[in-house]
Amino acid sequence: MKLKKKRILAVASIGGHWIQLLRVVKPLEAEYDVVYMSTHKKCSAMVSENRFYRLVDFNRRNAWKMLASLFMVLWVLLKERPNTIITTGAAPGLLVVFIARIFFRKTIWLDSIANVKKLSACGCVAKRIAGLTYTQWPDLAENGVFYAGNIFGVKEGEKK
Amino acid sequence: MIFCTVGSQAPFDRFLKIIDEIAPELCEDVIAQTYKNRYQVKNIKVVDFLPPDEFQDLFSSARLIVSHAGMGTIISAMTLNKPIIIFPRIAKFGEHRNEHQLATAEKMKELGYVYVANNAEELRELLLNPDLKPKHVVGNFASQSLIDEMIRVIG
Repeated sequence: MKLKKKRILAVASIGGHWIQLLRVVKPLEAEYDVVYMSTHKKCSAMVSENRFYRLVDFNRRNAWKMLASLFMVLWVLLKERPNTIITTGAAPGLLVVFIARIFFRKTIWLDSIANVKKLSACGCVAKRIAGLTYTQWPDLAENGVFYAGNIFGVKEGEKK
Repeated sequence: MIFCTVGSQAPFDRFLKIIDEIAPELCEDVIAQTYKNRYQVKNIKVVDFLPPDEFQDLFSSARLIVSHAGMGTIISAMTLNKPIIIFPRIAKFGEHRNEHQLATAEKMKELGYVYVANNAEELRELLLNPDLKPKHVVGNFASQSLIDEMIRVIG
């Protein structure tokens, strides 16, 4: 009997966060069933083979929109029942991590590679609430913040 | 063609104005993706938010990319083998929430991945240089070590 693949919910805001997410999660599709969530419907075109959910975007300035997102996230978590949540941020990713923790899901926060000097503001919160928090810069790894590589990777054919 | 982009979070008029003013001296088309700009351009073509596929098309046909220090654009330039000039947003001018773009740009320059301009003169000099070459190329995926780590922790 073939074992059912574990399901991952991969979440990121549009832009750099989304591009970074795909670079980590696309290669995981061979091992897992991946469902995506982002803040713009057009992102779905880049993951047309997978199920995609749109999340209302918000940031610290329009936090009220968070309420709409909150119900959406609850619904997706109940429907998809992912084993693990992976996010590259920003605020919407943090919300998903927070809610997923209440459901005892595995949560992974990968801080954006843009944060070269310190973790992002959301990353600092994630450090406390996410199951695992990663930075993409070795010198930013500390107690509770891990480094395992970055989204740049290497050019094909190049060895490292 | 030179493709300029400022992301979809906040306007970046200081950047747009510099590009617009240099444009007549350049002997190629300039297309800029803008966001809620107040500055009225005279010499370049502007486009609003672009869906990823159209963004990709413009990006691919460009000779040179000029951008704020947004990671999405920097990664796309390195994936598509395009030279890229970064002009970081400055929070004290109200262009971003914090100064991380300055730090990002500095780090990317230090690693030898991008060209960086911090003011009109520096940007002008780089734009007028017809021989900018891509500084760094990457593949389509993250480091294998990071992917392996994800598989290990997900189980």
